[in-house]
Formats: sequence, C-alpha cells, structure tokens
Amino acid sequence: MAELVVILVSTVLVNNFVLVRFLGLCPFLGVSRNLEAATGMSLATAFVLTLSSASAYLLHAYVLVPLDLEYLRTLTFILVIAASVQFTEIMVRRLSPLLDQVLGIYIPLIATNCAVLGVALLNVQESKGFVQSVFYGFGASMGFALVLVMFAAARERLEVADVPAPFRGTAIALMTAGIMSLAFMGFSGMARP
Amino acid sequence: MEFARRESPYWSARVAVPSLMLQVLAALAPAALAHVWFFGPGFIFNLLVASLFAVAGEAMMVHLRKRPLEVALTDYSALVTAALLAFALPSLTPWWVTATGALFAVVVAKHLYGGLGFNIFNPAMAGYVVILVAFPMHLNLWIAPRIGDIDYQYLTVLQTLKFTLTGSLPEALGFDAVSRATPLDVMKTGLSNARTVSEIRANPIMGDFGGRGWEWIGNFLAIGGFWLLIKKIIRWHIPAAVGAGLLIPATIMYLVEPGTNPSPGFHMFGGAAILCAFFIATDPVSAATSPKGRLIFGFGVGLLIYCIRTWGSYADGVAFAVIIMNVAVPAIDYVTRPHIVGHPRRGDSS
Repeated sequence: MAELVVILVSTVLVNNFVLVRFLGLCPFLGVSRNLEAATGMSLATAFVLTLSSASAYLLHAYVLVPLDLEYLRTLTFILVIAASVQFTEIMVRRLSPLLDQVLGIYIPLIATNCAVLGVALLNVQESKGFVQSVFYGFGASMGFALVLVMFAAARERLEVADVPAPFRGTAIALMTAGIMSLAFMGFSGMARP
Repeated sequence: MEFARRESPYWSARVAVPSLMLQVLAALAPAALAHVWFFGPGFIFNLLVASLFAVAGEAMMVHLRKRPLEVALTDYSALVTAALLAFALPSLTPWWVTATGALFAVVVAKHLYGGLGFNIFNPAMAGYVVILVAFPMHLNLWIAPRIGDIDYQYLTVLQTLKFTLTGSLPEALGFDAVSRATPLDVMKTGLSNARTVSEIRANPIMGDFGGRGWEWIGNFLAIGGFWLLIKKIIRWHIPAAVGAGLLIPATIMYLVEPGTNPSPGFHMFGGAAILCAFFIATDPVSAATSPKGRLIFGFGVGLLIYCIRTWGSYADGVAFAVIIMNVAVPAIDYVTRPHIVGHPRRGDSS
C-alpha cells in the first residue's frame, strides 16, 4: 500500500511527466488554450493511459517475454496504444454521445502523446508488477491532468494580460511552463521509497 | 435652482499603489533592523544591490515598452520586490547572485507578463527560485546570529562589503569558518542522521522555538504583519490559511511522533513561514481573489511548505510553495467565482 502511495506521489509531483521528464509537451502546449478543452483532454488521457499501461504490461509479460520477442517492444507498444485509443473512441461514441461531443476531437490526439509510450516503456524498464504498472500509468495521467489544467487556466489569464508584443502567445506560455518546471524542482527528494 | 449632482461612486477609495507599497516597506522595517542586528550588515548590502537592479530593470523595461516612466518608478513596487528578495538571501551573498534574482524578478516575472497587476508569479519568489536553482552554492553562506555563546568568527562591515562585491573571503578564513547551517538545515541533517529532535535542539543556534535571532526577526515580521492587517492593507484570510496549512499537519505529526517531528512552534519560527504568511503570499496580484479562493490558496501554500520541509531535499519550501500555488491561482479563481446576484446559481438547471 505504502509503495503505491509513493508511486502516485512520485508520478504526480516529483517526477511529473510534463514538468520534470518533459514528456507529453505537444498536448501540454497544444490543448492548453482553454480550460474546458484541457479538462476534456486530461480525462481522456487518464483513461487511455491507465488502459494502455495495463494492456502493454500484459502483452509484454505474457506474449513478448515467453516468445523471446522483447526487441519488438516499442513497435508493439505503439500498436497497443493506437488500439486502446481506437477502442476508447469507439466506446465513447457508442455509449455516450454527450461525452463524445466533449472529448471527441481529443481522443485521436492521445495516440501521439509521447507520455503514453513513455509510461509503457518505463514500466518495462523498471520491471514493475501489474498493479504498480497500472498505478504508474494512472499517476502519470493525474500529474499530466494537474499541470495541464493549471496551465490552461493560467494561459486564459495571460490572453488578457498586457504582455509585450514579441512575447504574446506561445513565447509567454513556454516561459510560464519553464517557471512551473522550476517550481516543481521544489519536490525533488520526496517520495523516496 | 440647479443642485449639484454626483454620479456614483460616492465614496472614493483612498488606497493608491504607492502608499500601499510604502506601508508594506514600513511594516518590513523593524524586521530589517532586527536582521541587521542579529546577522550583520550583509542584509543592507543585499538590499541595496537588489533595489538598484530591481529599479534599473524596471526603468529599462518601462523605457523599452514606451510607458510613462514616473508612474512605474514611483509606485515603489520594485522596492518591495527587492526587500522581499533581500529577506530571502543569506547575509553573505555575492552581488551578481542578488542582481540575477532581482533582474529576473522584475524583468521576466513582472514586466514580460505585462507589468504590475498582470504578473502571475510573485516576482520576488520567482527571482529567488531561479537563483536558488542556478547558484545553490552561493546561497549557502548563512552566518551565525550575534546572540548567545556561539563559537564563531564574525566578519567586520568592510569584510562583508568586500565579500558582497567580490565573492571572496578574507585570507585566513575559509567558507566553513564563516558559514553556519540555518536551524532548518540543522534539523533536516540531524533527522536524516537518525538523531532525535531534542538532541538536535541542544545545538547552540537553536532558540526557544526556532533558531536564535530568527525568532526575533519572526516576531518583528509578525508585528509588521498585524499592523498591515489593522491598516486593512492585507486581509486575514491568507495569513490565517498559511498558518493553518503549515501548523495543522505539523501538530498532528508532532503529537503522533514527537521524537522525529519538530514542534509546530519550530515550523512557525524556524524559517520564512511568518514572512510568507504576511508579506509574500498576500501579494494582491498573484494571490487568489475571492475570500474562499484565498483560504484555499493560503492553505495550499502552508501545506506545501510543510511537505517540502519534511520530505523534500530543500530545507525551506516557501518560494517553491508560493510559485506552485501562484500557478494554481487562475484555476482556484475559476472554481471559487463568487455567485453573481440575479444569475442562476451554478448547478441550477433553470
């Protein structure tokens, strides 16, 4: 139990995938222009990341390792991620048209989120168990969601700020992300098992 | 007969930014004197360097942006930023470190974000975080307080000035001879070496609650803070919430295991908690706006300070906690928008 809490704290704060490991920067900058889109993206990513880290673990442990095909890891993981994104999209469309309206356009984007592949690969590299892998994926997506939502709200405020012309838009957003990353260095040293 | 008619507002607010900032500076003054009394003249040099570069940076940015120079320079906000930065620095800090912090604070954290009123981050803390991460070695030279019987070689005024300007110490003295760990550092190192709190507190730099000297600076900061409260320059929400966020977990942990957790009093007086509660977190620009939002913001700052002090690798977490909660402020404001009279409440379907 304590180990799982450490995994969560570590992935959400200490080794935040966006601000510390610098993975998943494309959606972080691309979908943070307004808060509702960012919330939708966070929810969809949370679902897909947890699902794909679980299925990638199962595939690796029960198919690749017994067949000695570990060198196909990256390739199969990409396939698994694409499949779980597709699965999520189909399920959402069939089960809840409302959710589809909110999340619809973001779901395919998740396939290109490098944090998703990063989580699957790190799980294997650090040879985690099944439950740990799922928690790692879930924690990573929660960390992603936390900074994405905060960042989107901050960017909405920056839109109306009197920022000097050369720094408007992406420039000031990247600087904000940099200062956020500096601030997250304050968590270093936490969550050592 | 024509009566003189006035449109609303009938009561004009007498609060202007310059007088506000001057009163904040006045409230910091007693603590600054205490700082000089206990930790030597280094504080004055740091304050001068920080003020010089903060004002120069402000003038440069205002000039580049072709805004009226007098308005920006006479609102004293750059001086408040410089003063807060000086309080965060050790007495022996080379001038280029202070200058980097002050310039980053004013140029990047304040003016690139649009100037006073638009800055998302607290400028002083953003500048301090940058130099803390960039020059950790140069922000280690805390000296011992001039109180009690501490075996320590105090530097003279000239030696301190020389260090501020050149970064070099007198011939015979090494860094170890002039630097002493802060109370929070001593506590953190001691606890990680599996010593108990009462053993660590036997160190001569420890005072009644926090560290010797530090406690007095804390007292004067609290007096200044309460004066600001009475003058209604700050509201009670943030200081109270920072205190609660820091002291509630500290008290619980202390009651559960007093051997390995320092007392709540130590957390309050051991570092920059009081400065943070009254002067840093209450920055009206970068803090949350609604009363409920301020309570959440302050509690978050206090809680993060406790977490970073207890489990992180930095001794004090005020700057990190404030910057992290600054990022969260727009989201907090979004969630705690006050109800507008006449509009349906959120959650109502009608």
